[in-house]
Amino acid sequence: MNVQVADTALETEGEKLRTKVSIKKLAFYYGETRALKDIDLPLYDRKVTAFIGPSGCGKSTLLRVLNRIYEMYPNQRAEGRVMLDGVNILDPKQDVNLLRAKIGMVFQKPTPFPMSIYENIAFGIRLYERLSKDEMDQRVEDALQRAALWKEVKDKLHTSGLGLSGGQQQRLCIARTIAVRPDVILLDEPCSALDPISTAKIEELIDELKSDYTIVIVTHNMQQAARTSDYTAFMYLGELVEFGETRTIFTHPAKQQTQDYITGRFG
Amino acid sequence: MDLYARRRFRSNMVVILSVAAALLGLSWLVMILGTLFFEGLGGLNLAVFAEMTPPPGQDGGLRNAIVGTLLMTSIAVVIGTPIGILAGTYLAEYGRHAKLSMVVRFINDVLLSAPSIVIGLFVYEVMVIHMGHFSAWAGAVALAIIVIPVVLRTTEDMLNLVPNGLREAATALGAPRYFVIRKVAYKAARNGILTGILLAVARISGETAPLLFTALNNQFWSLDLNAPMANLPVVIFQFALSPYEDWRRLAWVGALLITVAILALNIIARLLAGRSRTK
Repeated sequence: MNVQVADTALETEGEKLRTKVSIKKLAFYYGETRALKDIDLPLYDRKVTAFIGPSGCGKSTLLRVLNRIYEMYPNQRAEGRVMLDGVNILDPKQDVNLLRAKIGMVFQKPTPFPMSIYENIAFGIRLYERLSKDEMDQRVEDALQRAALWKEVKDKLHTSGLGLSGGQQQRLCIARTIAVRPDVILLDEPCSALDPISTAKIEELIDELKSDYTIVIVTHNMQQAARTSDYTAFMYLGELVEFGETRTIFTHPAKQQTQDYITGRFG
Repeated sequence: MDLYARRRFRSNMVVILSVAAALLGLSWLVMILGTLFFEGLGGLNLAVFAEMTPPPGQDGGLRNAIVGTLLMTSIAVVIGTPIGILAGTYLAEYGRHAKLSMVVRFINDVLLSAPSIVIGLFVYEVMVIHMGHFSAWAGAVALAIIVIPVVLRTTEDMLNLVPNGLREAATALGAPRYFVIRKVAYKAARNGILTGILLAVARISGETAPLLFTALNNQFWSLDLNAPMANLPVVIFQFALSPYEDWRRLAWVGALLITVAILALNIIARLLAGRSRTK
C-alpha cells in the first residue's frame, strides 16, 4: 500500500518542522500474529500527532512500541527502527529505563499509585535525580501547576491520590509524567474513562503542553483528534493508511478509506 | 397457580434448610467457645502467667508454655515469612509466564495441605535425630515449614490482584522492575500480605503434632533454643489426658488462651483484608 505522507505541507505558517521521532519499516508481532506492518511515520517536534482508526487497527500497539512498554510481556516483539533524535531506540543496547524516562506515557485508565499525591509525583523524579526537599517541593508544585491540578490539590498534597476524582487522577498521571521532564508524551486514549468536563480540561492541557513536548495521542474520538492534534495518522488493519496535517485529513483526505472512516461510514 | 405454589413451597424449603445448616455449623463454634469459657475462665488468674507448669498436686501456671509458644512462633514467622514472600513474588511477578512457576505452585499446594504430623516427622528425621535431642530450634523450623506455603500463597494471590496498569504506569516512568515491585506492587498488596502472615501465625500457634516430635515439652523455665521447650499445645495435650484434676483445669485455661488469641488474630486479619478491599 502506498502511504501518502504529505511532504509538501510540512512547512506551515513559516515555522520549521523538526522530526523528533522517525518510525521506519516497523512491524509488530503478538506471538505469530502480525499486528503492525510496514509503518513509516514521522513525529514532529513540539506538535501533537493523533493516531486514529477503528478498534484493533494497531494504534495503541504502535504507541506501546515507542517506549518499549510491550517488552513487559513475553511473545511480543517489534521489527524495524524507531529513531529518537537519530538514535534507534529499538536497539537492544538502548537502556529501556532511560528511554522510558525520556518518553512518558499516560494510560487509558487513570493509574494513581497507592500513595499520597505528593509521592505520586516524586516517585518518578526520585528515580533519576537526587533533590533537596525544597527543590523537590518546587518540582512537585511545577508539575501540578503545568497539569492544571495545583489549585485543586495544594491543600491536600499528603492525602492519598486514590481519593481524587477520575479526571483529577488522570491529570495527576499527566503531572507525574511531565515531572520527570520527558521529551515525548504518549497519551493512550487519555479521556475515554472521563466525563466531558474533565475531557475538556485534558484537551486544554494538551494544547498548552505542546509548546514544550512532542505529543502523541491515540483516540477513538474523531472530534478530539480534530480539536487537539496538528497531524493525524489514520490506521487500518495494522497498516498506516494516511498521514498528514489534521486539517487536510479531516477535510480533503487522499484515500477513500480515510474519508469513509472520518465520516462514520465504517469503524 | 399450582405450578407457582409448588415453586414457592420449594423455595421456602431451600431457605429453611440453608438457614438450619448455617445455624448448625455456627452452633459448634458457639458450643466450643462456651465450653472453653465455662471450664477455663474459672482457672484464669495472674498465676497462670507468672508461674511454671506444676507437678501434679501443686499450684502453678503456664508461663513457660506461653513464653515458649510465643518464642517459637516468632522464630518460625521470622524464618518463614521472607521465604514465603520472596517465593510468592517470584510466582506473581518474575515467573508469571515461566514453566518453573507451575511446578513451584503445585508443590506449594501440596505442602499447604500436608498433614502437620508429616512435617513434624520430617523435621524429627533431619534435625532432632542428627542433633541427638529435642530442641526449640527444631520446633521453630517445623512451624516455619507450615508458615511458608500460607504466606507464599497469599502473597502470590494479593500481587495478582494488583492491576497490571499500575505496573505499566510505574514502568513507563522509567522505573526498573525491582523498584516497581517494591514501591508499587508491595504497597498496593500490603494489607493482603499482612493478612496472610497473621493467618499463618494463627495456623501455627495451635499446632501440636509438629511440636511433639521436635520441641517436645519442658517442665522448667528455659529459653535455651538448643533444649526442649515448653509450649501451649503440647502442655494442653499432656495435661488434658492426665488423671489429675488440677492439670486438667490448667489444660482448659491453656485451650481458652490459644482459642482467644487465634480468634483475635482472625478478626484483625479480617479487618485488614476488609480495609484493603474498600481502598
